[in-house]
Amino acid sequence: MRHLRRALLATVLATGTLASAAACSSSGSTTAGSGTAKAAGYTFWDPYPQFDATSDWAKLVASCGTQAGVTVKRTGMDTTDLGNKALLAAQQGNAPDVMLVDNPVVSTLVQAGILNKTSDLGLDTSAIQSNIIGAGTVDGASYGIPIGANTLALYYNKNVLKAAGVDAAGITNWATLTAALNKVKAAGKKGITFSAIGTEEGSFQFEPWFWGAGGDLTKLNNANGTAALSLWKGWVSDGLAPNDVLSNTQTTSWQEFATGQYAFGENGTWQLANADKAGFPYGVISIPAKDGGAAPAPTGGEFVTVPVQKDTSRYDVTKKIVSCLTSSTNLLSTDTTLSYIAPTSAVQAQQVAKNAELKPWVTAVAAAKGRTSGGLGTKYPVISEQLWTAVQSALSGGKSPQAALDAAQTAVANHQG
Amino acid sequence: MTTARADRLQRSPATSRATPAGTDGPAESAGPAQPADPGARARGRRQRRRSQLIAWGFVAPLVAYLAAFYVYPLYRNLDLSLHHYTVRSFVDNDAPFSGWANYSQVLHDPTFWPAMRNTMVFTLVSILLQYTAGLALAVFFNRGFRLSGTLRALFLVPWLLPLIVSSSTWAWMLNSESGVVNYGLHLVGVGPVDWLTSPNWALTSVIIANIWIGIPFNLVILYSGLQNIPGELYEAASLDGAGSWQQFRRITFPLLRPVSAITLLLGLVYTLKVFDLIWIMTKGGPGNASSTLATWSYRFGFGSLLPQFGPGAAVGNILILIALVFGLFYIRVQRRQAA
Repeated sequence: MRHLRRALLATVLATGTLASAAACSSSGSTTAGSGTAKAAGYTFWDPYPQFDATSDWAKLVASCGTQAGVTVKRTGMDTTDLGNKALLAAQQGNAPDVMLVDNPVVSTLVQAGILNKTSDLGLDTSAIQSNIIGAGTVDGASYGIPIGANTLALYYNKNVLKAAGVDAAGITNWATLTAALNKVKAAGKKGITFSAIGTEEGSFQFEPWFWGAGGDLTKLNNANGTAALSLWKGWVSDGLAPNDVLSNTQTTSWQEFATGQYAFGENGTWQLANADKAGFPYGVISIPAKDGGAAPAPTGGEFVTVPVQKDTSRYDVTKKIVSCLTSSTNLLSTDTTLSYIAPTSAVQAQQVAKNAELKPWVTAVAAAKGRTSGGLGTKYPVISEQLWTAVQSALSGGKSPQAALDAAQTAVANHQG
Repeated sequence: MTTARADRLQRSPATSRATPAGTDGPAESAGPAQPADPGARARGRRQRRRSQLIAWGFVAPLVAYLAAFYVYPLYRNLDLSLHHYTVRSFVDNDAPFSGWANYSQVLHDPTFWPAMRNTMVFTLVSILLQYTAGLALAVFFNRGFRLSGTLRALFLVPWLLPLIVSSSTWAWMLNSESGVVNYGLHLVGVGPVDWLTSPNWALTSVIIANIWIGIPFNLVILYSGLQNIPGELYEAASLDGAGSWQQFRRITFPLLRPVSAITLLLGLVYTLKVFDLIWIMTKGGPGNASSTLATWSYRFGFGSLLPQFGPGAAVGNILILIALVFGLFYIRVQRRQAA
């Protein structure tokens, strides 16, 4: 009897400790977040937790602080975490001085009223390509400076295509691409891999096809949008794309492509460094539009933003730090480190001069468009969530493409802002 | 006998709470034996007040802890669910009061009933199979054969592994292209199953993983319950000619009832709120095929670029209500057993 009581007590204690440990860790991280602000130095948040203090990026951030005469305390965190932390910090009045955020988040933060206009700070954005800065522009005013841009294209495995007798140059529209996939499948290899996961990544990867068919994010269920979803659905049902695209992130999709079994992989600029390590010859083509030509892909990449501070005297130094980070020399080295395309044509030219392989990516970025551009702003996250849900239900066989997109459009319409 | 045990378990916190006051008891009761002078009475009163203060002193850390980590978060959650939060009003803290609007939005959402159904299926199937497997293993290990201690320890592994490790491992094993499970099926001539990416299988897959994780908890508690059943009962039963099934049905199972009840209740509360496992394995997908109320609530708050805290909190509160209903049900059953 005593034994039982002790066991139960132990269990209760154990769960108690677990719960409090969890509570501690979550409260600990928020205090850490708030504790970093308002110290003597300037605070800087970015979504690059992979770069530690010894990395080039961290050194650049630190040196920009030194040049402005202050110390910069940099905190790297996961990109989804960053948006939530930023909102919480702003609520408690201790937002960081400079924050690097993923471009579709900018409009949400603007909606929350926590970002300064670049014009109010006196930052010059005239050299930045308009389609790239578009993602950070709300009602004609820009709220951040892109640090670089990336976008999606199709990587292909030259060995697989050669064995299947496919010429990559002949792939110019959906019909030729699907024909190529069929040939590859007949040759015993796998067709194409992408990411259709139920997160923003899934929408990001679907959008080139959606826009390439002439789809309109404000009318998800029109014939063009349905055509794009039917293309993906057809590939998965015919075995031209694996079923696990539904759970693939862009990273796991890349890992599939890197096995050498796949002819094509839809992935981003940031995989270039890994592509050289893949161990097989590869090439890059832009994602074809339905009836030929390059499809507009969504722009990716982060914006340097300046959150609103109570103490406005801090902006002078902040401006110096931002100008330093976005100067041409620093953009060049940052975008080389991140494997991004620079947002200004001058730096793009320097990048291509150094590495000719970047040429197709510069073209792709020039044709790309921002997800939140075109006045979508904070409507985009709502649409995107329904879009990836529709992709998931169609590809998994739960619904037909038309029904899935109909449901998505209804859900967007019913959404209470 | 069993009811007495359960009773004592329930009462033990009360007894321990009374202890600080109780220790002062003898000194006080010694008072009347001495000549009753006013000074002694005043001293007695002072002592009583002091002991009361001490008692509160003992309770204070607990009260502060409960207030900081239970009452305030609960209040905040309720507050969030009753206001219409946008990102701006979240930052400015001036969200307008919206009454039950978030709840009605959530209840009328086409995701609500599928999520509710998934939550129920997930919870009930998980705890039923966890309990059955845990009980079978507990009875098995109760025989005390050689190496049973080691084996029992090995069965605890799922409990010790961080959830992110076990869920990622399950996700890899069940991957439809390169998973080891489909490879095994292929070896025995069965076609591949899209464990995580088919709307028909996703919920089953996360339930299987969750059962695996929950068995050790059931095993440990039921095993310790079994240890308390006196061996004489079995001896007597076997003298009367009861077979092992009859012994299980007429001795083990009834005597384990109080332990089973608490195991099932705790299992229910744990399982209702399982979030990380599902999120890591399927993200509630494909579509909403494996969404439960817990993952749905998370998705409202943090799953998209534009957080919707109000509906997210509302779903969370509905989940708390469900757990509360089962908790009250448990207390009623306990009381009826005690009576």
